[in-house]
Amino acid sequence: MAFDKMELRDIEVWDGNFAAAQALRQCQIDVVSAYPITPSTPIVEGYAKFLADGYVEGEFVMVESEHAAMSGCIGASAAGGRVATATSSQGFALMVETLYQASGMRLPIVLNVVNRALAAPLNVNGDHSDMYLGRDSGWIQLDAYSPQEAYDLNFIAFRVAEDHDVRLPCMVHQDGFMTSHTAQGVHTMDDDTAYGFVGDFKPMNDMLDFEHPVTHGVQTEEDWHFEHKARQHNDLMTKVMPKIQAAFDDFEKLTGRKYNIVEKYDMDDADVAVVCMGTSVETAREVALEMREKGIKAGVVGLRVVRPFPFFEIQEALKDVKAIAALDRSSPNGAPGMLFNEIAGALFNTDTKALLSGYVYGLGGRDLTKKHLTDLYTELQANVDAGKVLTPLQQFIGVRGPKLAFL
Amino acid sequence: MANTGWDEFEIGAMLRTFEGEAGNIAQTLQEDRNYTENSSFRASVADWRIEKPVFNKDYCIDCQFCWVYCPDISIISRDKKMIGIDMDHCKGCGICVEVCPTNPKSLLMFPEQADEESVIAQWPSKEEKEK
Repeated sequence: MAFDKMELRDIEVWDGNFAAAQALRQCQIDVVSAYPITPSTPIVEGYAKFLADGYVEGEFVMVESEHAAMSGCIGASAAGGRVATATSSQGFALMVETLYQASGMRLPIVLNVVNRALAAPLNVNGDHSDMYLGRDSGWIQLDAYSPQEAYDLNFIAFRVAEDHDVRLPCMVHQDGFMTSHTAQGVHTMDDDTAYGFVGDFKPMNDMLDFEHPVTHGVQTEEDWHFEHKARQHNDLMTKVMPKIQAAFDDFEKLTGRKYNIVEKYDMDDADVAVVCMGTSVETAREVALEMREKGIKAGVVGLRVVRPFPFFEIQEALKDVKAIAALDRSSPNGAPGMLFNEIAGALFNTDTKALLSGYVYGLGGRDLTKKHLTDLYTELQANVDAGKVLTPLQQFIGVRGPKLAFL
Repeated sequence: MANTGWDEFEIGAMLRTFEGEAGNIAQTLQEDRNYTENSSFRASVADWRIEKPVFNKDYCIDCQFCWVYCPDISIISRDKKMIGIDMDHCKGCGICVEVCPTNPKSLLMFPEQADEESVIAQWPSKEEKEK
C-alpha cells in the first residue's frame, strides 16, 4: 500500500491539535487507537482523515473508552508498530491504569495530552491536573507552550521514546484550547525531512517476530517486581535526559529551532523568577520584560521536560536568583504544589539562599492575567528586599472570595 | 530462574519462550523444544490441583476429544494415540473427563491423593442406558 505526500507551505496556520495531527502523519504512525474527548479530539480525527485520504499507511482503531484506546496502543506497540494516540482530562484519568502497563512494558507509545481540568465540577478548559496525574506513571513528559512546539515535540518524542536505550512511552502536553484551538503560524518540515528525523521504526522484542516468540505483560511478585521498577526508574534517571538533549541538538541543526530541557528567559541577571509551564510561560515572559522597565530584574523558567524531572537543570537555572515563584496549575488538594515541592527538593542541599513561594492558579481554564503576574513579581521583589518571604508559602491567585493562602 | 539484579535482564515485562530461534517449532514435539528456563513449560502448577484425572487406557478409543478440549495442553498424545497426562501442567479442571465419550469413561476425576492402581482396579463398569 502506498501513500501520498502532502505539500506544505513553509509556514502554515495551524492550531496545536492540527499541528500534532500533521506530526503524526509525517511520522507515519502504524496504529492510532483512540477515543475522542474534548479538547484533544481533532488530533486523532486529523490522523483518521489523513488515513482515509491516503496520506498515511496505517490503522485507525475505534474503541469504546480511553482505557481501551491505550490498551489497543499497548497491543499494537508490543506487536511491533509505531503507535500514538491523544486524550485529555477524564479520558486521561481512565487511561491511567494502562499508562503504567505501557511504561512497565517499555513500549514507546506517544500520547498527545491536551491538558484539561479534572471533574468535579465538570470542565472542558485547560489546566494541568491531568498532566500532574501522569507524573508518577513512568512516562517521559514533554510540555509544549504553542502549536509550533506541539508539532516539534512530537518528533522529539518519537525519536527519544523509540531509542533502544530508552524504550519508554512519551507524552506531549499542550494546554487545552489556549494551544490546542489557537491557530498560529507554524514552521513546517517537508514530509521527507520530518520522517527522516524520526527514521524507520526499529522493533524490539516484537510479537510479530515469529522466530523469537516472546510473552509480553508477565506477572512478577515480590521476587522480581522491584527489580523491574528499579530498572525503569534507573533508565528514566540516567538515560532519558542525554537522549532528549541529543534529539534537541539534532533538531536544532535540522530546523534552527532550539529547545532546552529547562527553558530560561531573561534569567542571566534575574533577581526574581517565575517557574511555570504551558501557555503561562509566554504571558510571564511578556510581564518579565515589563517588570524590567520598572527596574525589577525579572526572569522566567519554563519546564520543557516535566518527567524525568530536570533536577540539576533546575538547580542550575535558579542558582543565582534571590526569589522564586513556583506556579502550579493543578489543585494540590492538601499539600504544596508539585513544582513547589520539586524545586524545593532540587535547591534544598545547595548553597542558594533563594526565597521560594508557591502559587496555585488558572484552575479550570481561569485566565492568568498580566496583572496577576505583575503583582506576583512585585511580591517576589518585596521578599528580596525584606530578605524573607513576607507572604504565606502557598497562595491562590485569580480566585474570587477572601484571600486564600496557606503555610 | 536465577535471581539476577535489576541490571541483568532484558527490559520490559517480557519473557522469551525459546532459546535462540523458534525454527520449525510446529513440527517439533514439546519434549524436543528448546524452552527457556522462564517458559511456563518449565514451571509446575501441579499444586493448583485438588482433584486429578486418572487415565484408564483399557476403555480409550483414541478419539482425541480430551486432547482437543484440554485448556492447558496437558493431554499427551503421540501419533493420534493417547498416552497420558502432563501432571505438571494439569490444573484438574475435569474438562477431559466431561468430554470423554466412552462408556465407562476412560478418564475420571479422583482426589489428588488417590492411588492410581487401586482406582483403576475399581473402575466403574459400563452403564446400561435407560430405555
